[in-house]
Order: sequence, then C-alpha cells, then structure tokens
Amino acid sequence: MIMFIQRAIIQGIPLLFGATGEILTEKSGHLNLGIPGIMYTGAIGGVIGAFLYENAVGPENINPALAIIIPLLCSIVLSLFMGLIYCFLTVTLRANQNVTGLALTTFGVGIGNFFGGSLIKLSGADVPSINLTATSNYFKAKLPFASSLGAVGEIVFSYSFLAYAAIIIALVAAFVLKKTRTGLHLRAVGENPATADAAGINVGKYKYCATCIGSVIAGLGGLFYIMDYAYGVWSNNGFGDRGWLAVALVIFSMWKPDISIIGSFIFGALLIVQNYIPNLSMSAQELIKMLPYVVTIVVLVIVSMRNKKENQPPASLGLPYFREDR
Amino acid sequence: MISGIYYPDSGEILVNGEEVSITSPKDAFNYRIGMIHQHFKLVDVFTATENIILGLKDGPEGYDVKKAAQKIREISEQYGFDIDPDKKIYEMSVSEKQTVEIIKVLYRGADILMLDEPTAVLTPQETRKLFAVLRRMKQDGKAVVIITHKLHEVLDISDKVAVLRKGEYIGTVNTAGTNETQLTEMMVGQKVVLNIDRTEPVNPEPRLIVAHLNCMNREGIKVLDDVTFTANSGEILGIAGIAGSGQRELLETIAGLQPMVTGGVQYIVPETGEIEFLRDKTPLQIRELGIRLSFVPEDRLGMGLVATMGTTDNMLLRSYKKGKGLFLNKKEPKELAEKIIKELQVVTPGVNTPVRRLSGGNVQKVLVGREIAAAPRVLMAAYPVRGLDINSSYTIYNLLNKQKEMGVAVIFVGEDLDVLLELCDRIMVIGSGTVTGVVDARTATKEEIGLLMTKEVRTDEQ
Amino acid sequence: MNSKTHKDPLFHISRKDPPVWWKRFGIRIIAVILALVLAGIVTLLLTKLNPIDVYLTMIDGAVGTKRRVWALIQKTAMLLIIAVAITPAFRMRFWNIGAEGQVLIGGFATAVVMLKLGGKVPTPVLFIIMVVSAIAAGAVWGFIPAFFKAKSNTNETLFTLMMNYVAIQLIGYFVLEWSVPKGSGQIGIINQKTQEGWIPSVGGNAYLVNVIVVAAITIAIAIYLNRTKHGYEIAVVGDSQNTARYIGIDVKKVIIRTMLLSGAICGIAGFLLVSGQDHTITKDTAGGNGFTAIMVAWLAKFNPLWMILTAFIICFLQKGAGEIATMFNLNLAFADIITGIIIFFIVGSEFFIDYKIVFRKSGKEVAA
Repeated sequence: MIMFIQRAIIQGIPLLFGATGEILTEKSGHLNLGIPGIMYTGAIGGVIGAFLYENAVGPENINPALAIIIPLLCSIVLSLFMGLIYCFLTVTLRANQNVTGLALTTFGVGIGNFFGGSLIKLSGADVPSINLTATSNYFKAKLPFASSLGAVGEIVFSYSFLAYAAIIIALVAAFVLKKTRTGLHLRAVGENPATADAAGINVGKYKYCATCIGSVIAGLGGLFYIMDYAYGVWSNNGFGDRGWLAVALVIFSMWKPDISIIGSFIFGALLIVQNYIPNLSMSAQELIKMLPYVVTIVVLVIVSMRNKKENQPPASLGLPYFREDR
Repeated sequence: MISGIYYPDSGEILVNGEEVSITSPKDAFNYRIGMIHQHFKLVDVFTATENIILGLKDGPEGYDVKKAAQKIREISEQYGFDIDPDKKIYEMSVSEKQTVEIIKVLYRGADILMLDEPTAVLTPQETRKLFAVLRRMKQDGKAVVIITHKLHEVLDISDKVAVLRKGEYIGTVNTAGTNETQLTEMMVGQKVVLNIDRTEPVNPEPRLIVAHLNCMNREGIKVLDDVTFTANSGEILGIAGIAGSGQRELLETIAGLQPMVTGGVQYIVPETGEIEFLRDKTPLQIRELGIRLSFVPEDRLGMGLVATMGTTDNMLLRSYKKGKGLFLNKKEPKELAEKIIKELQVVTPGVNTPVRRLSGGNVQKVLVGREIAAAPRVLMAAYPVRGLDINSSYTIYNLLNKQKEMGVAVIFVGEDLDVLLELCDRIMVIGSGTVTGVVDARTATKEEIGLLMTKEVRTDEQ
Repeated sequence: MNSKTHKDPLFHISRKDPPVWWKRFGIRIIAVILALVLAGIVTLLLTKLNPIDVYLTMIDGAVGTKRRVWALIQKTAMLLIIAVAITPAFRMRFWNIGAEGQVLIGGFATAVVMLKLGGKVPTPVLFIIMVVSAIAAGAVWGFIPAFFKAKSNTNETLFTLMMNYVAIQLIGYFVLEWSVPKGSGQIGIINQKTQEGWIPSVGGNAYLVNVIVVAAITIAIAIYLNRTKHGYEIAVVGDSQNTARYIGIDVKKVIIRTMLLSGAICGIAGFLLVSGQDHTITKDTAGGNGFTAIMVAWLAKFNPLWMILTAFIICFLQKGAGEIATMFNLNLAFADIITGIIIFFIVGSEFFIDYKIVFRKSGKEVAA
C-alpha cells in the first residue's frame, strides 16, 4: 500500500508540473496545446545537459551540484524557448492558438525523439546508449531521515527535490492566482483582456510571462519524468500521452492549481492501479488507463451543465486579443 | 483616444498645459484621467472590489482586498452610493455595474472624468443621483467630461459644451448662454427642419396586435411588462424610449427570437382577415405560415447580416431555403444584390466583398434593402439610422415611407425625437418595459414625449 | 507628477484589408522559403552537409522511385481525407481536434467486421458492412461532443481532445483481447491469406482505390460546403449564431448534423487506413494524422481544394526529411522538427496578411 501511494505520487508529479504550467497559461487566455511538446523538450533538455556533462568529465568526476544544475538549466532554457515560440506566434503575431499549439507539440515531440535517438551519433560519443543513471541518482536523492520515520516518512518524505518543488510550485501558483494582485491581473487578462487593458494592465506582458513561466514549469515535468521516474534512461515516446493527461488534469481540477495536486495523485493512481489489482488481464489495464480521460470528460460536462461561473474555463480562452478590434 | 485605446495619427494632447503622449490606458491613469465607458469594462466573475482595484499597484500594506473594500464603502457613503463590494459583477443590475465603474474612477482619485453616455441605461432617479455625484466632484475641483446626446442633460449639468459632429469639432459655448435650439443647430449644422415627406395613412387597418406581452431576459429580469399595442397597415408606428427600455426585446419577441412569458401576438392576414397567432413560433415557422414579417435588427453585422459574406450571400439569408433539392440557387440573390447596390447606391467594390468591409451606411442599405425586397407586410426597424450620415439616413427614411405608402405596417424604433415626430404617424413611448403612452406624431411635442419617456412606474424594485 | 517623459512608440499595429491574391500568395511563399532556409541551416548544423544536397536528398526521398511516389500519394490522400473531414466542423468554428479518435474508432469498426465476418459473408456484403460500421462509429464519436456543445455549450476543443484518448485506450483493450497469437499484444495482419475485406489493387496499384475515394470525397465536400443549403447554414452559424437564429436556422441541429458528417468522414478515413493500407488495427493507426490534418486544413484556409496542396507539401516534407534521417542514420523524428518549423513560419506569416505595421511618420522629438 505504501508502495502504491508512493508510486502513484511519482506518476502524478509530471502531470502536476504540466497542469500547473498549463493552468497559468490558460489563465492568461491561451490554450496551449503545445504542452505535450514542451514537456518532451523539457525532458530532452535535461538529457542533453546531463549527457554532455557526464561525457565531458567522465562518470568518476561528477560534481553533484553541477550534475543537477546543468540539466536543470538546459531543461529550463529549452522549455522557455518553446514558450517564446508560442508567445511570439500567438500573442505578438496573433496566430491561431490551436494550430500553433499542435505544431509546437509536433515540433517538441520531434525534438525529443530526434535528440533522444540521435544524440550519441551527433555528439560522437563512444557509448552504446543514453544512460544517465549517475545524474539520475543525484536527482533522486531523498531526505536522509525518510526511511527512519516509518510509513508516514515513506509516504511523505521519500521523494526527490523536484517532487516537492512540483507541490510547492502548485501551491505558490494557487496563492498567486488567488491572493495577489499579479494573480488578479492575470485572471482579468484571461477573462476579459479588453477590460484589463482599459484598466492599464499590460496584456501582452502578462500573456508572455504567464505562458513562458507555464512552459518552464511544464518542462520541469518532463525533466522529473526522465531523471526520476525513468532513471535517466531515454526511450523514444516513453513519455507517452502524459502531456495530454496534464491538459486533462487542468480541466479535472477546474483551473485551480491546488486542486490539481490532489488530482495529479488520483490520475497517478489510475495510471498504476492495474499493477495492484490481482489477476488483472493486460487488456483490462488498457481500460483502466482510459479512466482519467473519461473522468475528465464527465467533469467537463458537469461543469458546463451546472454553469457556475467560477468553475468555467477563462472566458477569453483561445481568443486572440487585438486592442483596436473591439 | 484620450484614454489610450486608440493612437492619434496627428495632433497632440495637453494635460495641465503640458503636451503628453498617451500610448496606453495606463498612461491615461498616470495623468489622472478616468474614463467611464458606455460598455462597461468589468470582469464578470470578479467582485466589485476586485474590479475596482484592477490595474492598480500594491500599496505599502500589500495586496489587501479587505482594506480596499473598506475604502470603497467609505467612498460609497461619501457620495451616497449603495453597493456591496463583495458582490460578483454577473449578479449585478446595469445600474449597479455603472456604480462600480464610477467608484473605480473615484477610487483612483482621477482629476479628469470622462463619461460616455452615462444616463442611457439609468432611470431618472438614478440619473439625478449621478448628477449630484458629478456636481460634488466638480466642487472638489475635478474636471468632468460628459458625452451625451440628450440636450436637457447637457443644459442641466454642464458649464461648457463642446459640440462635435461626425468627429469634427464645431465649437464650444457656455451653457449659461445657450439653449437647446442653438445646440441642436450646432449639432446638426442646420436648423432642424428634416423635410421628411409624410403622407396621410391610407385605409389603416390592424395588421399586428400585440397583447399583454411579458418577457424576461436571460438573467430572469422582467424586461417587458404587459405591453399592448396595435400596428396598422399603411402607417409608421414609432417607438420612443430611453435606450434599453425593452425596445430590442419587444421586436425580438415579435420576430420569434425571444420567448414570451405571457401574452400574445396576432397577425391579421390582409386578404382574408384571418388571424394567425405568432406565440411560441420560431422565425422559420412564422415564415412558413406565409407571414411576411421583415426585421432590421439593431445589431446589423452581428444579427442581421453575416459579416464575412458578400452582398450576394447575405441576400441568400432570406431565400436560401427556396427551391427543392440540396443546392443553393445563387442567381436570384445575385440579381437582387446588384439591384440593391444600384438602386440604393451602395458603395462596394463588388457583390462578393464581405459586408464588414463596407461603411455603416452601406451595410445598413444592404440590410434594409434585403428586408424590403422580401415584400413585407410588417416591417420592424430598430435604430435603422444609428451611425449613418445624413444622406444615408434620408435614404432609409424614404424607404420606410415608401413601404408605408404601399400599405406595410412599419414599426420604427428611434432615438432622435425630431425624426420620430416628423416620420411617424403615431408614437408609442415605452419606459422600463411598459407602455407609458401613445401619441399622435402630428400634434405631439418633444416635451410631451420626453415626459412620457421618463415617466417611471418602477414596480419591480423592492 | 507628469515629469516622466513619454516617447511615442516607434510603430503600432493595425488591421488592414486583405491584400490582393498574389500578395497573399507571395507572403506565404516567402514564409515557406524562409522556413526552408532555416530548416536547411538546422540540417546543416546537425549533419554538416551541403544544404543543396540535403534538399536533393529530400526530393529523392519523396519522389525518387515509383514506389516512393505512390507511398507519397497514399500518405497525402490519407492526410487529405482527414483534413477534409474536419473542415465542415471548422467552418462552423467548432474546434474538432478529435479527428484522431474518430479515425481510429472508424478503423477499429472496420477491423472488427473484417475479423468477425471475414469469410462468413459474401465480399460485397462484407464491404458494405465495413463501410457502414466505420461511418457509424466515426459519427458516434463526433456526435457525443457535439451533443454536449449544443446542449450546454461544453468546450468542444477539450472534449474532442479527450475523446481521442478514450478511443486509443478502447482500441488498446481490444487489441490485447483479440491479439493473435494470444498474448502477443497485437492483432497482426487481418485475413492475411484470404485477403477478405482488403481493398483490392487496381492495375497493380494497391492504393489507387483509396486515392479515388479520397478525391471523390474531397470534391463532394467542396461542393457541399460551397454550393448546398447545408454548407450555407454551416457558414452562417460559423460567423454569427445570432444571425443564424435571426433567420430561423436551428443552430443546435446544424452543430450536431455537421459533427455527424465530420465524424462519419473520419470513420471512412479509418476504413481506408485499415482496409486499404494497414490491414490491421493498432493504437497508432491514425498516426497523429488527426492532429496534422488540423494544420493542413487551417493552412488551406478550410478550402478543401487547397488542402490537396497543403497536405501534399506536409507529406512531401515528412517523407523527404525521413529520407535524410535514414541516410544519415538519424532519428525519423527529424521530419517532425522540419514540419514544425514550416508550420510556425506559415502560421506566423498570416499576421502580415491581416495586419500592417505603421511606423511613426516623423521623428518628432518629445521634450524631456
């Protein structure tokens, strides 16, 4: 049971990163369907950084701090780059958000799989496969006293720093959205950009910041996946549909980052629950994997039928804003 | 433009004698210019307080909604507003929303206030309250700019009047030394003799009978209250009233676009004298009964026409279902489009140019042309000359008159009383969803109608 | 206060009337050229090869042999039919990004019929049942989000997106349930010996029937959208629901009817993929084409005939980039990167068609 909760949470963390990032983006009125691609690039950014560093210094001389900082920075830079592409196209050039987002996903997944598959050849390194276990171990470092605290310790304290970062980021995001002026302004931009503009809020700046920060956060989800969950071993399409699951989680948590923490654990549990049900056939596992999507649809339908304004998607979600248009 | 939404192409703006460049609404705030738009700039899912503090910077105490709410209560008390700072905007009435807008500006301590048609949505009592507030602000040394087309308000509240006509500055006069006639002359550029040909109605007989109509809007607020009237053939029935008194809902209900709570609409078939009941029928069902009811809605591009389509395809709107089979017949609509463009002198590059790229007057000609081409028995037009230049307006008046002479029952919702008085045969005045009177347009005076417009029987207010 | 100096902005952006057709076309051509240059630079950096050689390799990869030409045509046809399928919905401004799922479920229905009825009923009957069930399955997948959109305005973008993964997992389930041999995790080629339910080769071309069907549907949809009453209703609803109500169009009915059609054609696409190409069903049968098709349709401004060109360009690039990847022992995902770059440029170029940048006329100095 403890194992189950632990693993559910580990499964949920990448989704939580992705969902928090997407919530921030959507709150600014932008439906970023590029999130899956951004998460791929976030992952591959970490892989590239770690791979180059490990190969440069050799496995014996790895400095723990650098082993974390370099992949982290690479991941952030790449996801930020993706966020900037999206912003430039949709905010500055007012391009269609859905098309841009989908193209970004194609692009990002392409980058991930391309470098994942070709990194060794491109860098001319003399290794059979990308195996970053050394770096991964630093990422997976746990609190030393976790196992000494019994079951509670195992469930609460046994994760790597990125997992706690995910929860803290989600809580901070929830706090910022609800309790700060920045959050108020951001929500106003997503609900009614014309009003925000008239109130003197720099709509473009908020959209850029929210989307780029959101991208970086989502990218960390990819990084966590590869460095923690996958033990630093890249496999093409290994990340799978988690990006879309993160988008689903946004709806499931009704655009509230704090609820998405719980939601991510539920989704994580649904992803692995099949392993804990005895005598479950392989095929039935596929049906269980369908559950998060079905639940999301149900939430989406109920929310729209109840028509409670607070739980709706941001009112201007998906619409470009051009000041002189109104 | 002064509030920073539009960029000037040339010229300059002076604030306190200093030339400034206002490139965003933020700049406007910096110069303590506060604008209250005609269309409220509020976020629906936010509370009053959240809307009021939107765009401001944190004070030394940080982000404190409670403190802000307190300050809002103080301002409300000071000026006599009645507002709950924690109420969500989507739960508010129109006048409450306006109150929020005004408090927003006061909260910021604006020195220069600009109000765009602030009274269009208010009852007379609310208007009086607003004016009291404005006077107090004037005493505080603030500059108030009020944009309005209601002259009695101008005379009531202002010290100086600047008259603009179609974006052109005409002149400034002191209110004390002017009167309505002079202002009207400045506004229209000539003495208001409109010279609309008005013939006597020939054989008027009841065509459309509206009885005890009650109607709610989407929020469940009563917008039409026991409206009863008859529209006769060969006659133009004017409908006057403050904007938003239920005119739009009335026409949309008759056209089958809004459900009525109680009441009925009867159409008397001219040839047989039979009665058709229009209640609970969709526009399509009404048409299928053979009732030729044309409707020129207020929102031309958003409701009457398809903005991205050309003139021909917009003609198709009325006729696309004609004929058997799956396919469209574009030949007749194209001929009709060409005819309308020629006869009404619509300026357009071609029949396929999207109508949204035409000027307002030309858009309206296309719409009215189409509705008249359907050979209506009843023609309803809501603010058909709004935003149109003089020439286009006269084209529309003449078209309506011609329809009347052909025996059509014309219902004309207007805002300009001069036009109503010269164009219509009878004028029905509505206020807050109720009929406050019906007058003979040939003998009635503007004052008489003005009084009826503001005659308030607000029964629904607790 | 007011001591702050405000500079006039260097430029501002305003909307403009669309330029004449050759300018619009020119802007897009420039965008494609710029994209190809950038893609060339990226390729150069990664492969250290002469860009000209790279593009020659691409052309060779796409149309170098007769077999490659046919593979390209088939790929284009499949992408095209999905793009055409979603177009009615998009013209209505219903963001159907669920084509992936609708195609899959159509393909799945086809596969089920092939598996369960292949050899048991006469071939023509089998084909009829296959097509009908594929259409029905796709239509159902389109109907569900449309129903809720019409009923309670449920966000269709998110709904259709989720429906994709419901379809994928559903197929995952049945693929494992019916896997041949048991436990292999795949269904394998269906009716390999008898070829029951396979679209036959005509004149030695396995894909000719597919291509003809797609061409016919493309033309039919182009006519449906531009020449029929239904197509007109779709356009009106897409522009303004208020106008639609004003004129007496039943908006809900149009939304549902159009999505039924959209889903049905996606179902046919699934049928063609399974019966005419793969002869099996997997979670990857649609292969992301449901998403790529959105870009194809959008790039063609939702005009089915232009989609022939845009679908061809995308497939050409993917095939070509795939060849580069194979030649230089790189990962096939290289094609996705190139596709992404091209779409970014074309999507971005739209801005220069709809808007203009107005620079300040004079270098007017603002007193400090």
